[in-house]
Amino acid sequence: MSQISAPSRPRVTSAGKVGSEANQRAPRNWKPFLLLVPAFLIVSLFFLAPLVDVFIRSITDPRLGLQNYVWLFTTETNITVTVRTFGTALLVTVVCVLLAYPYAYLMTIVGDRTRNLLQLFVMLPLWTSILVRTLAWMVLLQDTGPINGFLETAFGIGPLPLIRSTFGVALAMSQVLLPFMVLPLYSAMSKIDKRLLPAASNLGARPITAFFTVYLPLSRPGIFAGSITVFILGLGFYIIPSLLGSSKEIMISALMYQQISVFLMWGQGTALGIFLLAATVLILVVVGRLSKGASMFPGVEK
Amino acid sequence: MLRRVLGAIAILIIAWLVLPTLVIIPMSFNSASSFNFPPKGFSLRWYENFFTDASWLRALGASLQVAIVTMIVATTVGVMASIGLSKVRFRGKALLENFFLTPLIVPGIVIAVGLYSLFLRFNLLGTLPGFVLAHTVVALPLVIINVMASLQGVDPRLEEASASLGAGRLQTFFSITLPLIMPGVTAGALFAFVTSFDEIILSLFIQSPQLQTLPVKIYYSVTQTNDPTVAAVAVIAMFTSVIIMLSAQFASRKRKSVSA
Repeated sequence: MSQISAPSRPRVTSAGKVGSEANQRAPRNWKPFLLLVPAFLIVSLFFLAPLVDVFIRSITDPRLGLQNYVWLFTTETNITVTVRTFGTALLVTVVCVLLAYPYAYLMTIVGDRTRNLLQLFVMLPLWTSILVRTLAWMVLLQDTGPINGFLETAFGIGPLPLIRSTFGVALAMSQVLLPFMVLPLYSAMSKIDKRLLPAASNLGARPITAFFTVYLPLSRPGIFAGSITVFILGLGFYIIPSLLGSSKEIMISALMYQQISVFLMWGQGTALGIFLLAATVLILVVVGRLSKGASMFPGVEK
Repeated sequence: MLRRVLGAIAILIIAWLVLPTLVIIPMSFNSASSFNFPPKGFSLRWYENFFTDASWLRALGASLQVAIVTMIVATTVGVMASIGLSKVRFRGKALLENFFLTPLIVPGIVIAVGLYSLFLRFNLLGTLPGFVLAHTVVALPLVIINVMASLQGVDPRLEEASASLGAGRLQTFFSITLPLIMPGVTAGALFAFVTSFDEIILSLFIQSPQLQTLPVKIYYSVTQTNDPTVAAVAVIAMFTSVIIMLSAQFASRKRKSVSA
């Protein structure tokens, strides 16, 4: 009713206190805050509280102390698993950049209809669950599957370890994560002035030079944004490595599951979880600083 | 020339994105009892298995129930939060908005372990409220993103006009704001349904033999037994989510044309 005349800056002293201060000082504007309460409660109780609980368990189970973190950083298996997880996520990120770059570039030079079609096709796979898609890869990559069958009849090479190997994991993960690279790349590329490349060649630059000195640097925000998302999502993958990966070459998420569900070592499992979480946050903060302006949430543009 | 090369690359990428998944369709009509490709013969025995097996049907029922309730809760809470965020102004607002979206980027396995630990203590494992609240956390960001995008296209003067003509806040919401943002709400609700229907990581940790959703049952069937019925189940699950996402796509198309 009186939203125009009401003092338009409800003063809130600290970021955490959503309601109380605003209630007293801006009595006409406190009602919309009530709308935020249910979401705040649900996310606090069923997202934040579980994460806090994971942290507390990691420093108190079986007793108070940092023994789980000492275990985390001194056990050789953990270091191998960590290196493997980061390596796989990095490999998937690189594969996604290399495939998404030409795809996103094509989206900027075609007409509206083709562009919508290209966008639809890249989103289409997101409509099917990861579980079903992994299942399909299991059928295709298994030792008696069609790809190995073809290799054997055509080239006479025995079953290659397509499944239960890092190859299978990286193949399926890149397929699932590609959309998260294409969309931010396209969004960054569509903002690049198309006259810059002809301008560079007018000034005597060869196409390759023009690309590397003009276009690539300008598309960097998209590369950063897409890479963060793909890398972070890749670090936490559980279903694909557990179904397509080798049980001897597990990733952090599977090690976590093992510690908690198989060995009932809650402290060690939760310490791994906090490590994964800390790595995620650290990457977001560090790379986020380098690429200002890009949204860190897939599908959200700022 | 460059365009042709890029076009060829794009077609290969699309084939790699879309075709592998479709292999599950011929597998579901296999008459042999194996996962070998190509399938031998044609039969509906795996579909028949699915629709006559009480445990598969129970899992499907559980999934639908959880997804529908999650959709209702996440949409209601998400619409309220989006409208709240669009109306209030305070210093921590961006922080609060990010807080609601964070579940999208935190590794699912970490949330799953935390929820497992918490649900264990409060006896929420394998319960409908447990599933719904856990799924709401990951579905809520999608509702908020869609509804906020719709709200940006709404002229605030319309609400002021409605208020000045004597309509209360609730009446203004239901007769002015809601119809205007309906495409975003519909898309958000459908996203919420599919998110819950396909959710697997949280579900694996918070399930119990009393309540297992379809993805959980599929996962156990794949890892523990070698029952080809999963191919039929996977096809059913795939078509369910594709049809719903198509509707969501249609709803958000409408949104674009409305705001344009």
